Amino acid sequence: MTYLLEARGLTRKFGGVVALDNLDLTVVPNEIIGLIGPNGSGKTTFFNVVTGIYGAHGGSVTFDGADITRASSRAVYHAGVSRTFQRSRLSLPLSIFDNIMIGNHKRLNQGLWFNLVRRGEFKREFEVNYAAARTLIEVFEPRLAERMFEPVAGLPMIDRRRIEICRALISQPKLLLLDEPSAGMTHDETKELMDDILQVRDLNRNLTIVIVEHEMGLIERITDRCVVLNFGRKIAEGPYRQVAVDRQVQEAYLGVE
Amino acid sequence: MPEVKQEPQAPLLPGVVAVALSTAYLIALLAVEKQPLVIGLLAFGIVAVLVAHYMDWLDPVGRSFAEREGVLSAYAVLAACVVAAFFHDNHFVLLLFVTVLLYAVATLGLNIEFGYAGVLNFAGASFFGIGAYTSAVLNTYTAVPHLLVLLIGGTLAALIGSLLLLPVLRTRGHYAALVTIAFALLLKTFLEVNDVLGGPQGMQVKGMSILGWSFNDNFEIGKIEMSFYLNYFVISMLLLCGTFVLVRRLERSWIGLDLDAIRLDETAASCFGLDIARWKITAFVLGNFVIGLAGALFGMVGGFVAPNNYTFADSLIMVSILLLGGIGNPWGVVVATFIVVVLPEKLQTIQEYRFLLYALIVIVVLLFRPEGLLPRPVRRYFPGGRA
Ligand SMILES: Nc1ncnc2c1ncn2[C@@H]1O[C@H](COP(=O)(O)OP(=O)(O)O)[C@@H](O)[C@H]1O
Ligand SMILES: [Mg+2]
Repeated sequence: MTYLLEARGLTRKFGGVVALDNLDLTVVPNEIIGLIGPNGSGKTTFFNVVTGIYGAHGGSVTFDGADITRASSRAVYHAGVSRTFQRSRLSLPLSIFDNIMIGNHKRLNQGLWFNLVRRGEFKREFEVNYAAARTLIEVFEPRLAERMFEPVAGLPMIDRRRIEICRALISQPKLLLLDEPSAGMTHDETKELMDDILQVRDLNRNLTIVIVEHEMGLIERITDRCVVLNFGRKIAEGPYRQVAVDRQVQEAYLGVE
Repeated sequence: MPEVKQEPQAPLLPGVVAVALSTAYLIALLAVEKQPLVIGLLAFGIVAVLVAHYMDWLDPVGRSFAEREGVLSAYAVLAACVVAAFFHDNHFVLLLFVTVLLYAVATLGLNIEFGYAGVLNFAGASFFGIGAYTSAVLNTYTAVPHLLVLLIGGTLAALIGSLLLLPVLRTRGHYAALVTIAFALLLKTFLEVNDVLGGPQGMQVKGMSILGWSFNDNFEIGKIEMSFYLNYFVISMLLLCGTFVLVRRLERSWIGLDLDAIRLDETAASCFGLDIARWKITAFVLGNFVIGLAGALFGMVGGFVAPNNYTFADSLIMVSILLLGGIGNPWGVVVATFIVVVLPEKLQTIQEYRFLLYALIVIVVLLFRPEGLLPRPVRRYFPGGRA
């Protein structure tokens, strides 16, 4: 079996807190994995360690055949991993277009000469990417495609979430890590957002997704498999129907010992 | 490919009217000398701007500048030439004007560092001084062509600035600012104890001369006598235009976006593959190069350099220009340089308290208009209706 992402014995501590405790987690290509668990169980930390924001204190992470345990955030992105953040991290004074383009970094020519002097070529590159950004955001909210050069600061949370997901998707990553993408949304908005994400995935069959989400109906509907964390340890794994009836999982969520 | 949305273009007229009125006002302000007249004119200017603001006349001006920038820049250059021609034999006014132009160039350099990349630099005047001392030394001891001297001045400022890169990259926010302050103090001390560089007395700088044309001689056009400062006006204007175009293109490119991204959120930026160090270095080196270039020319204009001309206080003036104008907006920088440099020269009563004035400006701006007189608009890569 070849894994797209393979974490083995992954450990990360914060002082006395063991946020990830000897975690084994594997993802095969084209899967949608639900990463669930009570608050503080280490889901966000897992994303942060994979994407190089925090180092690991033990274990290894392999992505697409390469060891990325000690790779920088930059290198992980270039390898094909994109993410969103639990607490929205858009650049508020910048426009919708600019925010999406930040995610497109690896497909934009970053040469000084190209950017400053070859304005004709730059313009062609700009137009191709402008079209791509529009096409992508139209999947989520056509209204936003008409407002590409407005600052995101004035937009409601649901639009910001959409833009953040577009920023993660624009570079056509192999793996998308979604950290509570629907936080702060209503039930209907959440459903709409997920449908849009699935629609993008239908366009790009190579996309693999790991999603952290609290709404279990949604997890049940869209995931192929779930991994349940508690205190940084994996306590259950399998299709949602199976983990949902697991005794340990129920105890973790109810907080009984 | 969907067409980039075509918006109706903003009319040119409000921009042209604004340029014309500002030019007339500037000429009047530079021409009057009696203090009551100066004060009256200043009061009139402030009231006029406030009235225009409340009548919503400034918005159309802003729009025509945003969308018809190319044409209006040409008008602005023309306006500057009209002002210079008006004062063609007035040494004092022309020197003041050239000073404004070169301070604007230097502040545009600072804008690349602080306004875009978010790298604080409280040693702007030091890099300006490095450029000026380069002119002093090279023009005195060597026969290096003077245009090349300017480039060397910029390069030296950039090189010496890179000594600061390690600490600037390692530390964040206030600590990086402290590093630049320490550098400013060190450089001043170094200049003061260095006899080759004239010590605390400083040294003379030979005026510019290009292909046998000496910039420090008055000349005649027809029968009309011209101040030699007109030479310096022309070259300073060219430098300002070049720098303006550079800053504009930088902002309206992927690199401008990169710089904004790392200023606003380094962690998010690195999660999308941005090389934080590369862009901070690019901005710092490029910014210091521009500052050094302006300084080298300024050295030749003033004809004299001394450690006391490039102090921490002068660096603060540059920062206050940036804050006043609107961080990140090159038009704001130009307008604010006029205000900050010309005001104390015209208002003799406050000359002694000029630093108090700058401090006041900064406080008032931060309180009432934190984004500056001309806040930076959202980036358009190809303005004028097309994205
Ligand atoms: N930067 C940090 N510093 C200190 N403790 C942290 C940090 N990040 C996470 N933790 C701790 O690690 C544990 C797991 O947190 P987190 O991964 O955010 O959980 P989840 O995303 O599952 O809610 C918590 O106890 C949290 O307090
Ligand atoms: Mg979390």
